[in-house]
Amino acid sequence: MARTVWNSSVGKKTVMAVSGLIMLLYLVVHMIGNLKIFFGAGEFNDYAHWLRVVGEPFMHYEWTLWLVRIVLVVAVVAHATSAYQLSRRDIRARPSKYVHKKPRASYATRTMRWGGIILGLFIVWHVLDLTTGTVHAGGFQEGRPYQNVVDTFSTWYGNVIYVVAMLALGLHIRHGFWSAAQTLGAGSRTRDRALKATANILALLLTAGFIAVPVGVMTGLVS
Amino acid sequence: MKLTLRVWRQKNADAEGAMSTYEVDGISSDMSFLEMLDTLNEELILRGEDPVAFDHDCREGICGACSLVINGDAHGPERTTTCQLHMRSFKDGDTIDIEPWRASAFPVIKDLVVDRTAFDRIIQAGGYVTAPTGAAPEAHATPVPKPDADFAFEHAECIGCGACVAACPNGAAMLFTSAKINHLNVLPQGAPERETRVLDMVAQMDEEGFGGCTLTGECATACPKGIPLMSITGMNKEWLRATRKVKR
Repeated sequence: MARTVWNSSVGKKTVMAVSGLIMLLYLVVHMIGNLKIFFGAGEFNDYAHWLRVVGEPFMHYEWTLWLVRIVLVVAVVAHATSAYQLSRRDIRARPSKYVHKKPRASYATRTMRWGGIILGLFIVWHVLDLTTGTVHAGGFQEGRPYQNVVDTFSTWYGNVIYVVAMLALGLHIRHGFWSAAQTLGAGSRTRDRALKATANILALLLTAGFIAVPVGVMTGLVS
Repeated sequence: MKLTLRVWRQKNADAEGAMSTYEVDGISSDMSFLEMLDTLNEELILRGEDPVAFDHDCREGICGACSLVINGDAHGPERTTTCQLHMRSFKDGDTIDIEPWRASAFPVIKDLVVDRTAFDRIIQAGGYVTAPTGAAPEAHATPVPKPDADFAFEHAECIGCGACVAACPNGAAMLFTSAKINHLNVLPQGAPERETRVLDMVAQMDEEGFGGCTLTGECATACPKGIPLMSITGMNKEWLRATRKVKR
């Protein structure tokens, strides 16, 4: 069955839909967690520490966190691999373009591939910046995420990269959530408006919620 | 009306093609688009040139033979087949671009004619019902609920012209394949092959080199028969169900 799914264009889209929804669920939790930064350094840093001790004493220190990380890595890899393979198939299926060109589909739909690449690169930078601290500006402090976030958004490029990526995220979710519903066969005529509205609301809330953090740092609300 | 036509000319499958420009005069707004092309071809024949090859058959909008991407739209600006498109949709002095369906699974044979046998092979893979041949069966022997009959009929309207493939930026045949699957899978007559039909037809569709669905909705916009985009959702649902049920 796994082979049937992976070898079929419909099946590979299912992999994209499921992995996309897993990442979307994570992003909702992540965005809500991020907003704790507005309650001050103490609460935010405590929350970050709690993420490492979730499930104790059954789970050892950071076990839950690593479990989530593994699921996310699997989801990102599955999503990107199927996107790459499906895109290759799509481009092969339409090798010659029409001479008479017309603007097609919505902006969100047309930017799925580029938006996805931008998001992939952003994730790499984001992890190197705020998880490992490898490319962090201004001295990365382990266990003090509040200070690290303020560092990052005190640089112009940190803000630019983040805001651009979050706008790409909004567009990606707008088309992606609705598409996932269709791929999983959950769409229907009666449910279509509700699904489109949910996609728009999710896209808007996530983008606004994430961008609130750099805006908070820029306006001095978080410092 | 006097029109400037820019038509895709290609000698054969292996030749390089290009757009050629022609002027046609004396076009009436009551002519169909194909009659306008007939006018052009008559002139070309009189001039001793090779007429433009294009597919057509019933000219009633029901056979699915005519194709043509007109000004970037499959079947042109109206939601109908090219044969049912009339010249009143254009203005005197217009320049009209005419191109063949574009997809690697639909190779150009000549000029505007493409090879659509890939669709036939998708149908052969499962677009049929196992029914005894002979006299028509008693109509009341197999009751079909009205909503199911309507659903089946809506999808049965697909004439297999390939406009969905031509309009799709991925050259996908999802709307065609889903129309056929939904049409038969909802009916009791189609029930014995419900799972194998969707699995085999989707596999054949992939095999033919059609692209995948990115839900741009271009196919449903271009479809002269109004097959809805949700048809693809239905096919996905049937495919997932069949994958769970059938062990392969």
